[in-house]
Amino acid sequence: MEKLTAALAAVKDPEIDSISIVELGMVENIQFADGEAMVKLLPTFIGCPALDIIRQRVEQVLSDLEGVEQVTVEFIHHPPWTSDRITEQGREKLKQFGIAPPPKQTGPNGEWQVECPYCQSSYTLMENIFGPTACRSIFYCKQCKNPFEALKPISIWM
Amino acid sequence: MMVTKPEELHQLPAYKEALVELLFQLADDDFIIAYRGSEWLGLAPHIEEDVAFSSITQDTMGHAAMYYQLLEDIGIGNANDLAHGRTAAERRNAILLEEVNGPGHYLHEPQYDWAFAVVRNYFYAQAKKVRIDSLKNCSYKPLAQVAVKVNMELYYHLMHWRTWFVQLVNAGGEARERMRKAVEKVFDDFAGVLSLGEKGEKMVECGLIDSEEVLKARWLQAVKPVFEQTNLELPSEFQMKRGNGRNGEHTADLIEALATLSEVYRMDPLAIW
Repeated sequence: MEKLTAALAAVKDPEIDSISIVELGMVENIQFADGEAMVKLLPTFIGCPALDIIRQRVEQVLSDLEGVEQVTVEFIHHPPWTSDRITEQGREKLKQFGIAPPPKQTGPNGEWQVECPYCQSSYTLMENIFGPTACRSIFYCKQCKNPFEALKPISIWM
Repeated sequence: MMVTKPEELHQLPAYKEALVELLFQLADDDFIIAYRGSEWLGLAPHIEEDVAFSSITQDTMGHAAMYYQLLEDIGIGNANDLAHGRTAAERRNAILLEEVNGPGHYLHEPQYDWAFAVVRNYFYAQAKKVRIDSLKNCSYKPLAQVAVKVNMELYYHLMHWRTWFVQLVNAGGEARERMRKAVEKVFDDFAGVLSLGEKGEKMVECGLIDSEEVLKARWLQAVKPVFEQTNLELPSEFQMKRGNGRNGEHTADLIEALATLSEVYRMDPLAIW
């Protein structure tokens, strides 16, 4: 079982290749019995086009393990993936990639503040709530004058 | 009553029939409005809007794919075939959502109407929000669970379209006039979006969703402050001038859209993507 978890930690998000699906909080359940590995994953966004690639990579890394004869990967919607599932390590790796991690808390009216992943300044502006992928928004740092992306907060209260 | 797994539906033919009908309405609505959204790609008023609108469209197509998957899970057919292979008469989407974006074609001389796009998408996103909130209590557990997930993404869509709506109407001048006309036009067919079709009562009896009347009242309640803020008149009744898409009534716009969007699929329905 530990080997399976370790193998999944090597599966990176195809669109943010510094962070693994484990750090993103996408792995809900791993089971192993009689040579069959069963993995339940939570999609970050339902229409995320990276899901099929992730499925293939999970199948690949697990079937490479000794003793694993069959791999079943299932995407489930319950519990729903929320952005607070990203681990502390994952948040650090997002920053290294130039993407601000999702804010842990939003204000009473849903507004959110994001720190620049380059200079840590909170003097930032949201340019577009939508971004190059479904899960990201586009920001601009008024302090270091860099554009950057941030992961959208996704939460059950919405 | 609570149904937790697709297998349990074998024992419940009437329940299953109502559920399938509802899933087709949900799937076909998101599918066709996402298609109309995709035709706007590269044509939106500015580049940030192009990024936003295409992102919303991608989410929405994802929601449609998930509803088709739920239909596949209960043995109605393969999700891809359900999305691409059904004729117009088999579709359950509201007529408002199939209407072209405006005169012209997206490849040559598109004269699409941004006012119509904003009004249609705002009203639809709000109607979807009302439905999704109701579906969180759906007696079919797999649908209730996906409703929770859809809701989180819909939050951003609704905020986006509401912002456009308020800003354009309050801008005055030509913008306000065009928005006012678009509101009138959308209301002519908006009853079709809020309709649950001929099997609506059965859906309510089965505990799948709240009644049309309840959904409509919630929709009105949600948009009322926005209409007040923009000084627009909110009618209490909407029309269904071109018929009810929930019952398979559709326009030539849908037939043409299906021919275009399924062109590649029909070349080789067995191809693996």
